[in-house]
Amino acid sequence: MRRFVLISVPYLWLLLLFLIPFIIVLKISLSDTALSIPPYAPALDWAEGIGAFLGQLDFENFVWLTEDDLYWKAYLSSLWIALVSTAFTLLFGYPIAYGMARAPEEWRPTLMMLVILPFWTSFLIRVYAWMGILSNEGFLNQLLLWLGIVDTPLTILNTNTAVYIGIVYTYLPFMILPIYAALDRLDGSLIEAAEDLGCSRLLAFWLVTIPLSRNGIVAGCFLVFIPALGEFVIPSLLGGSGTLMIGKVLWEEFFSNRDWPVASAVAVVLLLILVIPIVLFQRNQQKQAEAEQ
Amino acid sequence: MQTAEFAPWEDPQQKPLIRFQNVTKRFGEFTAIHDLSLDIFEREFFALLGPSGCGKTTMMRMLGGFETPTEGRIELAGQDIGPVPPNKRATNMMFQSYALFPHLSVWDNIAFGLRRDKKSKEQVAARVEEMLKLTRLEKFSRRKPHQISGGQRQRVALARSLAKAPKLLLLDEPLGALDKKLRQDTQFELMDIQETTGTTFVIVTHDQEEAMTVASRVAVMDEGRLMQVATPARIYETPESVYVADFIGDVNIVHGKATASGKEQYRIDWSDTLPPLTATSAKPFSDGQDCHLAIRPEKVAISTERPEAADNVVQGTVHDIAYLGNLSTYHVALPGGTIIKAQTANTRRISRRHITWEDPVWLSWTATAGVLLAE
Repeated sequence: MRRFVLISVPYLWLLLLFLIPFIIVLKISLSDTALSIPPYAPALDWAEGIGAFLGQLDFENFVWLTEDDLYWKAYLSSLWIALVSTAFTLLFGYPIAYGMARAPEEWRPTLMMLVILPFWTSFLIRVYAWMGILSNEGFLNQLLLWLGIVDTPLTILNTNTAVYIGIVYTYLPFMILPIYAALDRLDGSLIEAAEDLGCSRLLAFWLVTIPLSRNGIVAGCFLVFIPALGEFVIPSLLGGSGTLMIGKVLWEEFFSNRDWPVASAVAVVLLLILVIPIVLFQRNQQKQAEAEQ
Repeated sequence: MQTAEFAPWEDPQQKPLIRFQNVTKRFGEFTAIHDLSLDIFEREFFALLGPSGCGKTTMMRMLGGFETPTEGRIELAGQDIGPVPPNKRATNMMFQSYALFPHLSVWDNIAFGLRRDKKSKEQVAARVEEMLKLTRLEKFSRRKPHQISGGQRQRVALARSLAKAPKLLLLDEPLGALDKKLRQDTQFELMDIQETTGTTFVIVTHDQEEAMTVASRVAVMDEGRLMQVATPARIYETPESVYVADFIGDVNIVHGKATASGKEQYRIDWSDTLPPLTATSAKPFSDGQDCHLAIRPEKVAISTERPEAADNVVQGTVHDIAYLGNLSTYHVALPGGTIIKAQTANTRRISRRHITWEDPVWLSWTATAGVLLAE
C-alpha cells in the first residue's frame, strides 16, 4: 500500500500537470475559432451528449498548418537554429568542461560555482543585458570602434546572430555540467595507458577522452537542443523580424490573432517533434546507467 | 654462457638493459628518490619492493616516461631516455588499475597499441590472437572489460602491454586487486609468460612474498633509497641491514655488544642476567661495537629438555602459540621479558602437541643461524 502511494505521487503529478492540460490543448486544436469566451467552439455540453460533441471536432487546423508555408518554414527554421546553437554550445562548452575537469582538485568547486552563478540572476535580465551589449550603440560596438576594428557599428541585435549568442550563452551551463561529470569520472591512467601504447596526446584525446565522454556530450546536446527548439523569449527580444521561430509563431497566433485552435495545433505538432529527441535522450541515459553497472 | 644459472649481474662483461645513474627525483620540496643508481639486465624479472611511499612507483613511472628525473640519467639499452615521451619508448606498462579502455572490447584493447604502429590488419589480428592464446582469453575476446572477472581483466591488461613486444615491461602492483588464491596462481603464470616471451619485467609491489616468488632479483627500497639489491635467497638469508631483515619475513632481532671470540666468531653480550650468545660474521666488528643479531624463527629449535651441544641455548616460557596449519610459531618469553619466536614445521598429522602455554621450554640455535648486523 505504501509502495502504491509512493509510486502514485509522480504519476498523479504527471496526470494533473501534463496529461490533462495536454488533452485540453489537443481538444482546442481540434475545435474551430468562434467569437466567444473562450474563443473557440464547441464547448462540451452534456445535454447534447458526448457523441455530438466529438462529431464536431476535426483536423482542419492541422491541415491548415500544411497549407500555409509559414508554419513548416518556422518549424524548419527553429530546428536549424536549435541545431546550430547546440553545435556552438558544444564547441564552447567542451573545452570549458575539460578545463574544469583538469583543474586542481581544490579549484573545482569554485569553477563549478562560477558556471552555475548566472542562474542566480533573472534570465530575463540577462537577455536584456545582451541587448545592451549587442545594440548599435552597445558596449561591443563601442569597443570595436574604439579599437579601430570597424568604422561603422555592426548590426548584431535583431538578427539571427544575436539569437545564436543568446541561446549559446543561456544554455552553456546545461552543456558544461553533464560533460564535466563525464570527464571528472574519467580515470587519468586511461590516458597514460593510451600514451604508453603509442598515442600522441592529441590521438589519446580523440581515441579515449572523446569516446568516454560521449554520454556527457549526448546528454548536454539534448539538454540544449530540446528547450532551444521551442525558445520564445530569446528570439523575440534579440531576434529581428527575419527570425522565424516556432515559439514566436505560437505567441502571435495566441495573442495577436487570438486563434487558439491554430495555436494549439502548432503546440501539439511542436510536442510531437520534441518527443523524438526526448525518447532518444531517455535511451542514452538508460544505456549509460547500464554501462555503469 | 659460463654458468647454467641466470645471473648476469655477477658478470662484469654484461651490459645492463636499464641503468639508473645517480637519479634524484623531487616533487616540489619532497624528494621521492635520493641519488639512486641501479642496473637491471635483459631477461631479468626485477622486483621493486617497499612500503607505500618508498618511491618504487616513482621509479617505475620514470621508466615509463610519465615522470622525468630531476637529476641524473636513465639509460635504456645504452640510450638516455630522459627526453623520450611515453609513446616513443620501447617500454610498456601494466597499470595497477589495469586501465582497460571501457568502451573497447577485449580484442580491441589488445589491438590498441598495435594499431598505432602502422601494421597491416592481418599482422594486428595475428598478434592479437597470439596474445589471446598466451593469456587464455580466446573465449572472451568480444566482451567488454566490465563483462569479465577481475582475474580476466588482469590478463587482458597483461596481454595488451605485451602485445607490442616491448623491450621492457613495467608492472605496477599487477596482482594487488586479486584474492590470495588467484594471486598465487597468477604469479606462476606471470613467471611462465616472462620465460616464454623473454621480456625483461620490472614489477613494483609491496607484497614481499610476491616479490620473492616471481623475481630473479629484488630491490628493497625505503624513503627513496635502495636498501639492498640481491636475489630473493640472499635478501632473506643475508640481509645487510635490520630494515631489510625486518621487512622480509619474520625475524627475531637481538640487540647487544659484540666482542671477538675467535676467527669470524663473536660473543654478543645482550642481557645483564642471561649468558652471552655466539654468532659468526664475515663482516668484522670491533670489540664493544653495537650490533643486532637477526635470527629467522624457523632456525630456532624448541624443546622441552635442554639440548646438548648447541651454540646458543636460552630458557623461557611459552607465551603464545600461532598455529598456521603447516607451521606453528611459538612466542617464548625469556626472563627479562624479551620474546623470541621459534617456528616448527608440523610434519606429522597427530595433534598431540606436547608444548603448550606457560610451559618452560629451551630454545637453541647454531652460531651460523643468525646474521650479525651493525645497523
